[in-house]
Amino acid sequence: MEYLIHILILICLYTILSASLNLIAGYTGLLSIAHAAFYGVGAYVAALMALHLQSSFLLNIICAIVLSGLLGALVGIPSLRIRDDYFVIVTFAFQVITFSILNNWVSFTGGPMGLPGIPQPELFGLKISSHLGFLALIGFFCVVTLLITRQIVLSPFGRVLKAIREDEVFTQAAGKNVATFKVLVFVIGAGMASLAGVMYAYYISFIDPTSFTVMESIFIISIVIIGGAGSFWGPVVGAIVLVLLPELLRFVGMPSSIAANIRQILYGGLLVAFMMWRPRGFLGEYAFQNKEARE
Amino acid sequence: MSHRVLEVKRLGKNFDGIKALADFSCSLQPEEILGLIGPNGAGKTTLFNVASGFIAPDTGKILFNNNDITSAPPHRITRLGISRTFQNLRFIRQISVLDNVLLSFQDQPGEKLRNVFFNWPQCREQENSNRKEAMTLLEETGLSHKAGDPAEGLSYGQQKLLSLVCCLATRSEVLLLDEPVAGIAPERIDQILRIIRSLPEQGKSVILIEHNLDAVMQVCDRVIFMDAGRKVSEGTPEEVRNDPRVIEAYID
Repeated sequence: MEYLIHILILICLYTILSASLNLIAGYTGLLSIAHAAFYGVGAYVAALMALHLQSSFLLNIICAIVLSGLLGALVGIPSLRIRDDYFVIVTFAFQVITFSILNNWVSFTGGPMGLPGIPQPELFGLKISSHLGFLALIGFFCVVTLLITRQIVLSPFGRVLKAIREDEVFTQAAGKNVATFKVLVFVIGAGMASLAGVMYAYYISFIDPTSFTVMESIFIISIVIIGGAGSFWGPVVGAIVLVLLPELLRFVGMPSSIAANIRQILYGGLLVAFMMWRPRGFLGEYAFQNKEARE
Repeated sequence: MSHRVLEVKRLGKNFDGIKALADFSCSLQPEEILGLIGPNGAGKTTLFNVASGFIAPDTGKILFNNNDITSAPPHRITRLGISRTFQNLRFIRQISVLDNVLLSFQDQPGEKLRNVFFNWPQCREQENSNRKEAMTLLEETGLSHKAGDPAEGLSYGQQKLLSLVCCLATRSEVLLLDEPVAGIAPERIDQILRIIRSLPEQGKSVILIEHNLDAVMQVCDRVIFMDAGRKVSEGTPEEVRNDPRVIEAYID
């Protein structure tokens, strides 16, 4: 039972992460591999505040979202001048820098040793100590995240995001300040990713930089692409499939030392297969392709 | 001197040493349809790109209702009231025809992020009224039966019409139309020309780039013939048509 709840918590966690990246990459067409960085910033802000300031769970969430959102704006700004592949490289750089800071600023972040002993979250005087309680908590935040993304993508604001993805020049000619929209969507996406980070830190109660590497960013992108970029339910489907898949391997009876390696191969193979035969993912309406190739 | 909606003053633009615009000046009166003709590479589209803010000129100025708009960003120029279509037909192919028109409306409260969360009843109301207005525009142009379809499914003529409708939906005072009737069937040409002809009555002014000389002669009040970035000839359609320099250029 605990195991099942753990799986559900992971699905919720990755749904939040991929739904927020879906806003940036799926709806607005800005492929970013900095998502694990925002995720990590959220986790570290919450962990450091909880450990050093003993501040409340909700305050930590707010601080994590604000700081991550500001960093999101910082990453979003280059997207105004740099496009496509070059922009991917910029986000990649941001991801690598963030990881290096987490890994090397030992006195502040604990470096590779990480931060152990993050206390259990307390909400309105209620300590959440059971797995089930935590599932309810993250489930709630997962639903809130999905509702927010739904509200955004169905609004005229979301219509502009999709227009930016398809044709920036036309969107500008239609009187939209493309720059504002791009930066805003990064702020929202980064804020949501940091929420997932806060949840992760409290759930595992120990964090170290290896959870927030480029590989993690790529894993989140895989969820978005395989689930279906630019589709509302895509991230949910993608998160379920990609979280369950390695668990299935375990049931096949594969020794865990091999299963861990097989997992990476499986993700890679799946991503290649989807890009070749079904670039729109399970549910997507948008395929990442060379812009010129589509025209 | 009568009021000028748009005034282009001694515009110059070089691309790698090629003069796309050289000391080009012109002006647009209120409720006037001005035709721009000339061979390929004469600088017509460059003029549109400069006037709509997509390219900054090397020299010269553009005034819109006496305000300097030179080098203002494209979205600001559209919001001020100058809107354009593109020769190579730009619109959003993956979203519906109706959404393309809705996207083109200006000052939508629902496009502000805070309103998405805190003020959505008002946004919904505005969205509904925009939707009605968009449908009216589509009905007037005979595209309403396609409203819900993805825009990529339209025929070429319908795509040209949609570009024009999107341009109209910005409610701009000045419309810059880049080859609105090139490459489409005669009935469709008549329909689009009728729409353009009706614009001055609604207080709008138009600059029209077109290779179809018959179309230009039919709708324009005044015509400018451009070559190599310069104004070669200017006058009524009759005058320009009979200008020996123009005749020479078109016979070559």
